[in-house]
Amino acid sequence: MDKSFGDLKVLDELSFRVDPGERVTLIGPSGSGKTTILRLLMTLETVTPKADPEADGGVVWVEGRPYSHMEKKGRLVPANEKWLRQRRSRVGMVFQQFNLFPNMKVLRNVTEAQVHVAGRSKEEAEAKALSLLDLVGLADKTGEYPSRLSGGQQQRVAIARALAMDPDILLLDEVTSALDPELVADVLAVLRDVAATTSITMLCVTHEMGFARDVSDRVMMFDSGRIVEQGPPEAMFSEPQEARTQDFLRAVLAE
Amino acid sequence: MQTGWSNETLREIFPAIWDGFIVVLQVTLVAGIIAIVVGLLVAIGERNGPAWLRRPLSLVFQFIRNTPLLVQVLIVWTATSLYINPDWSAFAVGSTVLGLHYASYTSESYRAGIDAIPKGQWEAATALNLPSHRVWGAIVLPQMARRSAAAVGNWIIAMFKEVPTLFIIGVMEMIAEARAFQGQHYTGAVEGYTLAGLLFLAASYPVAVAMRRLENRLAKSNF
Repeated sequence: MDKSFGDLKVLDELSFRVDPGERVTLIGPSGSGKTTILRLLMTLETVTPKADPEADGGVVWVEGRPYSHMEKKGRLVPANEKWLRQRRSRVGMVFQQFNLFPNMKVLRNVTEAQVHVAGRSKEEAEAKALSLLDLVGLADKTGEYPSRLSGGQQQRVAIARALAMDPDILLLDEVTSALDPELVADVLAVLRDVAATTSITMLCVTHEMGFARDVSDRVMMFDSGRIVEQGPPEAMFSEPQEARTQDFLRAVLAE
Repeated sequence: MQTGWSNETLREIFPAIWDGFIVVLQVTLVAGIIAIVVGLLVAIGERNGPAWLRRPLSLVFQFIRNTPLLVQVLIVWTATSLYINPDWSAFAVGSTVLGLHYASYTSESYRAGIDAIPKGQWEAATALNLPSHRVWGAIVLPQMARRSAAAVGNWIIAMFKEVPTLFIIGVMEMIAEARAFQGQHYTGAVEGYTLAGLLFLAASYPVAVAMRRLENRLAKSNF
């Protein structure tokens, strides 16, 4: 698939697949297209369309069915909002800036979509929210507004909010980059916990190499919208083959 | 003809001016509801409406915003009484025009409040797959209301002070009452207009203070 913003080509003939339950970490310099991939999967962006999707590709597939496109009279056409609404419910995302709803208390941040998207009863949604908030260590903050929480706490609420929808695929977009250093560990601990106790497929853009090494099955190195190199974390971190990967890792680990 | 100030005249004219004041409040209520509701619908329509609606909507309201209220009142009053229904009351037509005129301003305040909501809020709503009516009802409008409340309140106060414009089509607000009194008694203009001014001040000043308080309170609240 390709993705361009105007003349700027962000993703260039990119093609990869992720297996169910696989944990993939996307690394690379900023502007290399990692975040764009997550945003495409969350349908916050659309792939740059190709004239003939059957022949040229440019289609995102999820669980064996077209995702960025839909079938219309036997042909693949860019998906409309109705299609996306059906398909994107299997995908959840946690953002760099948390993006909690500031007008809702913590509990309602986690129940809102459960009730109004998943169609759960209020009691059911609250029970699930409470158990997830407990999991992320914030069971005592359910009645607070997000503005009363630290960044790390807000991010943990955001993780609970995404998990509450039981996604098959969880997208993590630099979830610790906006946090003060002392708050990073708690968030990563929660994510390690999630990775260890669930079978959710995870795609994770991060600069936390220790976390990437511990959690992921595969690390992908991006540069200029292409995959430079990929492999299991041990190989990628100890014996990177490409000069571009070596330079990048040296720079990141020197920080 | 008496020219100086007379407390006697003031007492005589007070009931008429008070009646006019009640009419001003009634107009403000009706026009205020129109300004608050229509302004919101316009702001939502301009942002979220179908493409065929957005352009004409914004053109119409730009026209309303950029022509004098007095001209609009006269055009609509003449047009409705000539071509639509001569029985429509000046109160109804005047309140509607005044409300729509101010809807063109409130819609801008609403729009600014919506534009100020970070893009991440919309993206989080998409990521949770929330339906459009929840995105607006539960996320955008509550956050917008907080940002726009003070500005919209100030437009309503400004609108309140412009109700006398409607005397031109015969809405019996305070100025019209004062002129009628003067027409009958050949006196009372000074007292009537002064009284009208004082009543406007007495009504709008506390509201303006309350709006400022609201603004401060919203600025301090957790959300």
